[in-house]
Amino acid sequence: MKVQVVVGLEIHVQLSTQTKLFCGCPVRFAAPPNSLVCPVCLGLPGALPVLNKKAVDYAILAAMALNCQIASFTKWDRKGYYYPDLPKNYQISQYDLPLGKAGFIEVQGDDGGIKQVRIRRVHLEEDAGKNLHAGGAYSCVDLNRAGTPLLEIVTEPDITSAAQARALAVELQRIVRYLGVSEADMQKGHMRFEPNVNLRIETDGQAFRTPIVEIKNLNSFRALEASIRYEADRQVQEFLESGQVMTSGNKTTRGWDDVRQVTVLQRQKEEAEDYRYFPDPDLVPVVINTSWLDQIKALLPELPLRRQIRFVQQYGLSEYDAGVLTSDRSCADLFDKAVEAGGRPKRVCNLLTQVGLRVANERGCSVGDLGLSPVNLATLASMIEEGKVNATSGVRILEQMIATGQDPMTLARSMDLLQIADSSRLESIIDQVLSMQQKAVQEACSEGKKAQKAFNFLVGQVMQATKGQANPTVIAEMIRKRLGGA
Amino acid sequence: MDNLIDKALVRKVASLARLELSEQEVKEFTGQLCAILEYFHKINLLDTEGIEPLAHCLPITNRLREDQIQPGLDPGQALKNAPDRDGDLFKVPPILEEGLGP
Ligand SMILES: [Zn+2]
Repeated sequence: MKVQVVVGLEIHVQLSTQTKLFCGCPVRFAAPPNSLVCPVCLGLPGALPVLNKKAVDYAILAAMALNCQIASFTKWDRKGYYYPDLPKNYQISQYDLPLGKAGFIEVQGDDGGIKQVRIRRVHLEEDAGKNLHAGGAYSCVDLNRAGTPLLEIVTEPDITSAAQARALAVELQRIVRYLGVSEADMQKGHMRFEPNVNLRIETDGQAFRTPIVEIKNLNSFRALEASIRYEADRQVQEFLESGQVMTSGNKTTRGWDDVRQVTVLQRQKEEAEDYRYFPDPDLVPVVINTSWLDQIKALLPELPLRRQIRFVQQYGLSEYDAGVLTSDRSCADLFDKAVEAGGRPKRVCNLLTQVGLRVANERGCSVGDLGLSPVNLATLASMIEEGKVNATSGVRILEQMIATGQDPMTLARSMDLLQIADSSRLESIIDQVLSMQQKAVQEACSEGKKAQKAFNFLVGQVMQATKGQANPTVIAEMIRKRLGGA
Repeated sequence: MDNLIDKALVRKVASLARLELSEQEVKEFTGQLCAILEYFHKINLLDTEGIEPLAHCLPITNRLREDQIQPGLDPGQALKNAPDRDGDLFKVPPILEEGLGP
């Protein structure tokens, strides 16, 4: 029996606008309950929604990055909804004319190559508020989140493993952060996933499809992967026991129990799919002309995966380093510019990954906010490369560059970290050390086991005498010549 | 024409809209909705060949606003007309079905 899991993903991404989709209330996490509301998002009679242009800009940019066709004409529809977290009793969404369609996302495949997953549609809609359950007698509602702009992204069922679904979700997170359209903070629920999962089973020369299961409201990459993996196993068992196959009417909905790590069948609501969409008369259509599209297109950056691959191919960085560098767009930008300014790629990369990203992380900002100039970064990389300062000093200098904004050469001098390049000065230090360490010199010249140890000891002594301001390789070479000549 | 709407359909629509109708109301609305649909049936007789569906009845597009915060209501004002509250939260009958989300 051959089993292949088939997954399509529905993903909600919260856009990082200042205000809600159809009103001027702030979008903010963890504010006091019902403090970010107005007549529009409370659904009070007579209130009229007005569309946030920034949300449309962000949605177009994201849809472009996902290689979608952008609609030149799009409109707003009401989707029936009967829970108190959206008090209008409908959700404003896009039904038959989504903002984007027929795109694809590129994801690194299990074999390291690029896999394309087709995107069916991308549209804008408003989020609901939050229902809080007091434990039976009643529920409570906080409408701060109601009306927050969401981007809904629906893929075709092109995903063929749980790991791939996770990789796609992670890549999407990286893309929307790159574009600056979402913080994509999982802890704040900025990304939510609903995979549709079934199996293609081949047995005895026959092919079967198991009934589709939709898993609702997953909000972590881990839950996404684990729930698909569980569901695939469960469907194999179910198929072996019942032989049930997919029909047009037997799709079911399951929830993910994070504690027990199982999916649980949710009560089937009759006509659950009957949302009775109809055009929202309160909102006029949106026409997206070429000049608007061109404005947005100019903002479209090289996407992180493409950039990662370029860093490997063009600069010979490892996959790992390229991945780390491209995780933060401003970091990758700084890297590109510093290399352009003459910094050797591997050196610049090490400085950024070992110091830049660490300090940015400590400060809770991006590497771009550290105020580093690409030229100074390139200069520091070259100073290390040329042996003017050693790698350890380079780290200290970079920390000071970030702290003070001074250039690396000034800092190297004032911090007394310049390596002694003057060979006559080094010669005299080596002379001194060798004359003081006669025993070690004898051992280093012997054929015995102790020779290497004694030699290293001498190098260490010289390093100490120079306060670390000399290149150990150079010192070793000079001592070797000296001992060989002695 | 009298089969456009029957009682079963009225009950279904009512349940989708979370409306509880008495038997008397079901009967009453069935008649009323039939009359309304009959009227729409007349519109349906028009030849609409080659006419694009209308997305909106106003000839206006792109009513957009800048992404700027506007003053809203404070929790006190927001909850002023609420039938019941728990602190600054709206208090509602318990929600049994969960995990639906929009
Ligand atoms: Zn509002």
